[in-house]
Amino acid sequence: MADLNKLTISEARDRMRAGDITSVDLTRDCLSAIEGSGALNAFVHNTPDIALAQAEAADARIKAGDAPAMCGIPLGIKDLFCTKGVASQAGSAILEGFKPEYESTISQSLWDSGAVMLGKLNMDEFAMGSSNETSTYGDVVNPWRRTGDDAALTPGGSSGGSASAVAADLCLGATGTDTGGSIRQPAAFTGITGIKPTYGRCSRWGVIGFASSLDQAGPMTKSVRDAAIMLEVMCGHDEKDSTSVDLAVPDFEAMITNDIRGQKIGIPVEYRMDGISDEIAKLWDDGTAMLKDAGAEIVEISLPHFKYALPAYYVIAPAEASSNLARYDGVRYGHRAKLEAGEGIDEMYMRTRAEGFGYNVQRRLMIGTYVLSAGFYDAYYNRARRVRTLIKKDFEDAFATGVHAILTPATPSAAFGLGDMTDADPVQMFLNDVFTVTVNLAGLPAVSVPAGLDKQGLPLGLQLIGRPWEEGELLNLAHVIEDRTGFVAKPEKWW
Amino acid sequence: MSIDLETARKVANLARIKVDEDRLPAMAESFNTILGFIEELNEVDIEGVEPMVSVMPMRLKRRKDVVTDGGYPEKIMANAPDAREGFFAVPKVVE
Repeated sequence: MADLNKLTISEARDRMRAGDITSVDLTRDCLSAIEGSGALNAFVHNTPDIALAQAEAADARIKAGDAPAMCGIPLGIKDLFCTKGVASQAGSAILEGFKPEYESTISQSLWDSGAVMLGKLNMDEFAMGSSNETSTYGDVVNPWRRTGDDAALTPGGSSGGSASAVAADLCLGATGTDTGGSIRQPAAFTGITGIKPTYGRCSRWGVIGFASSLDQAGPMTKSVRDAAIMLEVMCGHDEKDSTSVDLAVPDFEAMITNDIRGQKIGIPVEYRMDGISDEIAKLWDDGTAMLKDAGAEIVEISLPHFKYALPAYYVIAPAEASSNLARYDGVRYGHRAKLEAGEGIDEMYMRTRAEGFGYNVQRRLMIGTYVLSAGFYDAYYNRARRVRTLIKKDFEDAFATGVHAILTPATPSAAFGLGDMTDADPVQMFLNDVFTVTVNLAGLPAVSVPAGLDKQGLPLGLQLIGRPWEEGELLNLAHVIEDRTGFVAKPEKWW
Repeated sequence: MSIDLETARKVANLARIKVDEDRLPAMAESFNTILGFIEELNEVDIEGVEPMVSVMPMRLKRRKDVVTDGGYPEKIMANAPDAREGFFAVPKVVE
């Protein structure tokens, strides 16, 4: 076996174009890697027949000289994306057996460009979670372990299956979605790259909704260059999503030049909060020094409402979720509870939702219902939306001083053990997203890039936050960090 | 503000989620932890600040109000737990 599954997207693209390898060979290597990866629980619905048919078609296109960048590249698709005729459950029992009659706009764009679908990837139920411990398919396991310790670690969440699969070389790239950090936190926990584009860059059509004003899809890949290649195909205006922007999509890969001279990078003082470890602080300082050394100008900035981002998020996201998830009522699709004699439609709704939703989702839906209920709407929901305006303005003020991008840590810690947070109160788990969630509230693009290993041998990531629609500039900065840290570590195979 | 059992019961009912009586106290307690966290927002001066409506300033596109899709009831019904003769079937609603 040639282990072609270990290639990056850009390497595989170049070798397929050169006629050195075929997509069918590449796809077969991924399929056999997936077969041997049960212990990770990343892939939950495998589609080998679709994959091989798409790979053959891709090889024909490449041979004919009609080969877009993603042609023949085998991918994993997060279970949140609707894929025609293939189970799409958002990691929830309430969508057991649901097979969409349609394809999400993003996955369709990937297939149109010749990409290959290996299967669907595990995730936190309805993308609500930071540890991938709330899925109806069971926990996802991080391919990384602490040195000399075989305790199972979380890959992060909610795109934990995507992160685990890419880090373990089961696929060349994967789709993720990010509502409060669900691409960037798992990318950081598994030593891969993940970018959440500007709100409106990618169509949300056919992606099962969680909090519609915050949700954005993006790629999770083994390198920054791969993220640029895959993101370009995922972006673009879609008539079926009125919030998708009608803006030209640049050639992101061509924008990776490593020339960042004269760029102004902001370091937000509020992010240097109590409780971040010395290792994270050092990683951040080192990243800052690398950008400076590459010719960027470093300035301190202030984002005064930083500490209110998580509380605002935990009003807005549950509120929107309670509305979005009202559709799961046992009538049109998914699970329906079996009724006892004499029970009516109200019992059907209430029992269906109690049986179909996990505890964590139920709790968030009830919080959302509460903050939207009569008498509390102004005190909670409207107040949170006003604070959100202030959080966005903090960023606008920083950018108005000429700052091009902002550098922060991606997470407050490295990956923790599965089960470690079981007895913690829910707010402790929320803190995983403390560095990422501001970005969703402000609608900005941000990328998480691996920047080193901690003392225990686990990957750590840095986050770069950009101005609206400046994903290309952001990826160029991330590439400088990737280049200078020379991060090439991979998890040792134990599964 | 703290949630008592009666409020927790009411919220579960509004959310159309059946919560057994013996689970209500734990549910109410966990609501209170989260609401305590959310109440940090009360420290923020929001005088004169507009609630956010759209995170990226853009005009929604307009389109003709015409039918552009449809005509495939069998696809619409394909995933229904109970579909009969082109209709979704539910328990009796009106006596």
